[in-house]
Amino acid sequence: MSEKKASETPLIVTKDLSVHYRLRNNKLFGPPPVVRAVEGVNIEIAPGSFFGLVGESGSGKTTLGRALLRAAPISNGEITYNDGEVEYDIAHLDKVDLKEYRKRAQLIFQDPYAALSPRMTVRDIIAEPLEVMGITSSREETDARVREIATKCRLNLEHLRRFPHAFSGGQRQRISIARALVSAPKFVVADESVAALDVSIQADVLNLLKEIQQEMGLAFLFISHDLSVVAHVCDHVAVMYLGRLVETAPTRELFDNPRHPYTRALLSAIPSIDPDDRGKAQKLEGEIPSPTNPPPGCKFNTRCPYAVDICKQEEPKLDQSDDHAVACHRWQELMPS
Amino acid sequence: MSASKKLIEVKNLTLQFKTDEGLITAVNNVSFSIEPGKVLGLVGESGSGKSVTAKSLMKLNPSNAVYSDDTKIALHLEDDSVDIMQLRGSKQLQIARGGAISMIFQEPMASFAPAISIGDQMVEQLLIHTDYDKQKAKKHSIEMLDRVGISDPDKRFKQFAFELSGGMRQRAMIAMALSTKPKLLIADEPTTALDVTIQLQVIDLMKDLVKEFGMGILFITHDLGVIAQTADDIAVMYLGKLIEKGTVREVLRNPSHPYTQGLIDALPKLDDLDVPLKAIPGDIPSPLERPSGCVFHTRCHADLGEQCHQKTPEFTSLKADHQVACHLASNAEASS
Repeated sequence: MSEKKASETPLIVTKDLSVHYRLRNNKLFGPPPVVRAVEGVNIEIAPGSFFGLVGESGSGKTTLGRALLRAAPISNGEITYNDGEVEYDIAHLDKVDLKEYRKRAQLIFQDPYAALSPRMTVRDIIAEPLEVMGITSSREETDARVREIATKCRLNLEHLRRFPHAFSGGQRQRISIARALVSAPKFVVADESVAALDVSIQADVLNLLKEIQQEMGLAFLFISHDLSVVAHVCDHVAVMYLGRLVETAPTRELFDNPRHPYTRALLSAIPSIDPDDRGKAQKLEGEIPSPTNPPPGCKFNTRCPYAVDICKQEEPKLDQSDDHAVACHRWQELMPS
Repeated sequence: MSASKKLIEVKNLTLQFKTDEGLITAVNNVSFSIEPGKVLGLVGESGSGKSVTAKSLMKLNPSNAVYSDDTKIALHLEDDSVDIMQLRGSKQLQIARGGAISMIFQEPMASFAPAISIGDQMVEQLLIHTDYDKQKAKKHSIEMLDRVGISDPDKRFKQFAFELSGGMRQRAMIAMALSTKPKLLIADEPTTALDVTIQLQVIDLMKDLVKEFGMGILFITHDLGVIAQTADDIAVMYLGKLIEKGTVREVLRNPSHPYTQGLIDALPKLDDLDVPLKAIPGDIPSPLERPSGCVFHTRCHADLGEQCHQKTPEFTSLKADHQVACHLASNAEASS
């Protein structure tokens, strides 16, 4: 696990980042409903780190990841990118800078079956970003870059001439990774990148991501619903609920001392492999509310077993007094002493 | 009901698909049985043949499926036994398709018809499988929706699948599958598409329902954690073969097949974050290139060479409630 140095400038900083979508108005009167997919999120991602983002479906983790890539509309707030060579204000990029940012920030998708064009050879799939972005000038140069990244991603160079249908899920995901990394980005968003893979293959892809991250010194935003996977690969974890950041801390600290009741419930709901743990999991009733109609106060109060009056009236602020931030009115009194 | 009475017995299930590239073996000589009120967890990765096995119990596989002659699937009901393989035509098959056997699928959005209300779909199957009239079928359906924890069942009854959340849809699916009071429920990855918090709710619900209805469940999943929390027995499948079976506690505590051990090692564990993740090397071979001998030998760390490459291992009993098909175990038994 890489230590974060205090002097290091973060690669990505967000300030009160919000992404709102206006829905089509299906009522005769009144304003159109607004989906607050991400609301007032502050995070810092250190260069060369593995930053985990977890939450249930509908918590806004994918939208946040896309906003950082400028692939979702930023309604409010700021994103600053600084890799030492260039500094960008992501919310206000002009065309030229956005093109440059695309080389430095990339995305790995969830489904390796849908992400690769069936009509292109593996070589062409991996080479496409280089050609589109005009990174390489000759075919020889492109081929050299493709070979280099394919070797890093443990792809057989003989396979470069084949089409994706000939490959298994794990191999396809390695092709997607190679494609995302061929432009030598500094920041990569991996959105549920191992969720579609079998357990025996999943470990292999995770180990590969970790290796590449250390070798190329890039930062990953690792989005996942699977906390046990996040626990193993990430240095730092942020938990989201209904568009809000509810807790963030270094991985070990978060898993050893979860502060938010939601984080604790998530951890407890992971099915244990020990048959003697039956019935020990803490069951969370209900489901995540609709983001068009979020409850007042703490967004988690409708499902929280500890909710009191204040939780229903006032939204808790993220308490950032130490590097383990939490947004809960009652976390201190709820901590087991 | 006596304890030894089996609900369903599957013997030598072998199934091949006719394709342009020749016969593909999907399931090879699989045998298992389930007792009433028990949950059998069938575990395996994609391509292991677990879903095909489940569909065989309802003869739901496509028409290019060829079953071997010695395949026998016997469903024992209170008064008589049904030989599923001998059922012909949709009328005879009704008993296996929604009558005595029901199925829950992985993707509830894909399993409900999108343009027919949830209620109409529930009523339709009750009219087919029971002697209920429309009124009674509606009343029973609403009761079932209520039973699986859906609030406002009257309102939900009239809604369409897209109007429900993922967890809600899966509950409706369970309500529908159980409303005909099946003796055997096949649950094919019922929680895979759900969040962990909702998964826990659905698992708890299924456990309650097993107790209440006393049916047997064939629970298919790739998630060993889910199996550990729900099943009584476990059967591990790889490339169409069963390779280890026994009680959940015994198999998960003392996994004996290198594949089962590999699966458990590959799981990220929360109690020790320092253990590196261990992948099983290689990929699952294509069913067109089934390895000879033990199907796992191409990825096995304990490959013994010729014996594993040529001879298919038979089941060896380690204990009364634990069997494994591996040459390591049979050799150990032979030498002792």
